[in-house]
Amino acid sequence: MNRLSRQQMAARVARDIPEGAYVNLGIGLPTTVANFLPADKEILLQSENGLLGMGPAPDAGEEDPDLINAGKQPVTLLQGGCYFHHADSFAMMRGGHLDICVLGAFQVSAHGDLANWSTGAADAIPAVGGAMDLAIGAKQVFVMMDLLTKQGESKLVAECSYPLTGLRCVSRVYTDVGVFDVGAEGARVVEMVEGASLELLRELTGLPLQMAEGA
Amino acid sequence: MSEYRIDRPGLHDDHVGTRFFFVRRITACRYRQCRDGAGSNAVIDKTVADATAAVADIHDGATVMIGGFGTAGMPDALIDALIEQGARELTIINNNAGNGDSGLAALIRHKRVRRIVCSFPRQADSQHFDAAYKAGEIELELVPQGNLAARIHAAGSGLGAIFTPTGYGTQLAEGKETREIDGRQYVLELPLHADFALIKADRGDRWGNLVYRKTARNFGPLMAMAARCAIVQVREVVALGGLDPEAVVTPGIFVQRVVAIGAAQAAERSAA
Repeated sequence: MNRLSRQQMAARVARDIPEGAYVNLGIGLPTTVANFLPADKEILLQSENGLLGMGPAPDAGEEDPDLINAGKQPVTLLQGGCYFHHADSFAMMRGGHLDICVLGAFQVSAHGDLANWSTGAADAIPAVGGAMDLAIGAKQVFVMMDLLTKQGESKLVAECSYPLTGLRCVSRVYTDVGVFDVGAEGARVVEMVEGASLELLRELTGLPLQMAEGA
Repeated sequence: MSEYRIDRPGLHDDHVGTRFFFVRRITACRYRQCRDGAGSNAVIDKTVADATAAVADIHDGATVMIGGFGTAGMPDALIDALIEQGARELTIINNNAGNGDSGLAALIRHKRVRRIVCSFPRQADSQHFDAAYKAGEIELELVPQGNLAARIHAAGSGLGAIFTPTGYGTQLAEGKETREIDGRQYVLELPLHADFALIKADRGDRWGNLVYRKTARNFGPLMAMAARCAIVQVREVVALGGLDPEAVVTPGIFVQRVVAIGAAQAAERSAA
């Protein structure tokens, strides 16, 4: 089975983002999707600390400490981009104005529950940031993750065992072995990498997977 | 005093602070009259001489909102003055819990913070918070970032509570009232008020009108509304009319004190 690299996963997510979309890319792996958005299409990136129309990282020496993204990295603003305060920023999510949000996850359930903010470890310092707002706010929530943990356990599960970020909020999951739709119908396989099969994915996830319509 | 009380709503309950600032204000007014040559007594002048004077009446046990997302918009001069001033047992409301060794991190390192309300305390450079939290010296209320903004905004807007979809069905909504509205589930969240807000803006005028710079705006406009006394450090105080009224982000009515921390002072601070 030919597992996708991180870069290939990011490129695959980017293919599903249409021109004209308002998109928030979560911290970490989802941020790399920006590198694969076609330069000739107008796709507006929102960063929840208060900018819309986020551009690429500045050249060395051009960093501005007042112009950062949600991961606190220096960024730039495109022509036509704008700044706003936090109440407006999160109104863009909660109010249903954001088209797509791409997030990482510890677990996603077949019906779309998301766990990505806490492992529930007793001694860990909890931190949530904008994860819960993003999860329930965007019209579509895409998750990007490896299908399996390092221990070989599926992160696509029947029910999340980690603390939840949001209920029934994820629409699609992009993994290193395939793309899955999740929701009321359960998990469906949209596509899979070369060498994978429905039987193998069922075995890896322990879920009664079906192929998605048209897949 | 009555004229003073009209434009200093943040100080009504603190007589020591009131006396102190009464003196301060006269100084500021005289200066203004010299500068403008107007000679009028009918002034609203919220400018304060320096950061030390601006934070002088923050009392032990106060609830203090601090603007900033990481270090963008962090009012470092006001925080340094607050550390110097010595107030303890503070409740701090901020998105984070300090980065590196300066600003909010330094306030925590000096053991002035009893409780912190924030969305994202744990970061690569939050070592001072991490140590205080693990030692049981600091209490944490974790709030999703958008709920934090909404609760602050609600306080500044005079709302008794908000119903938010964020956090429904999660640990962070446990024990809270919920309601289904038009088929969607919401959690009741209460407003977050504060005694003081410390905010960094780019430019302001003596009426307290503010504009910010890039993503340093973040929580500033909300915290200015929600605190009884909003104290703002600006890069530059400009004359009335010097800010485009179409572009003012925080109307002066939400601001009680403005302190210029100019480029020269900022350079001095970073060199120190």
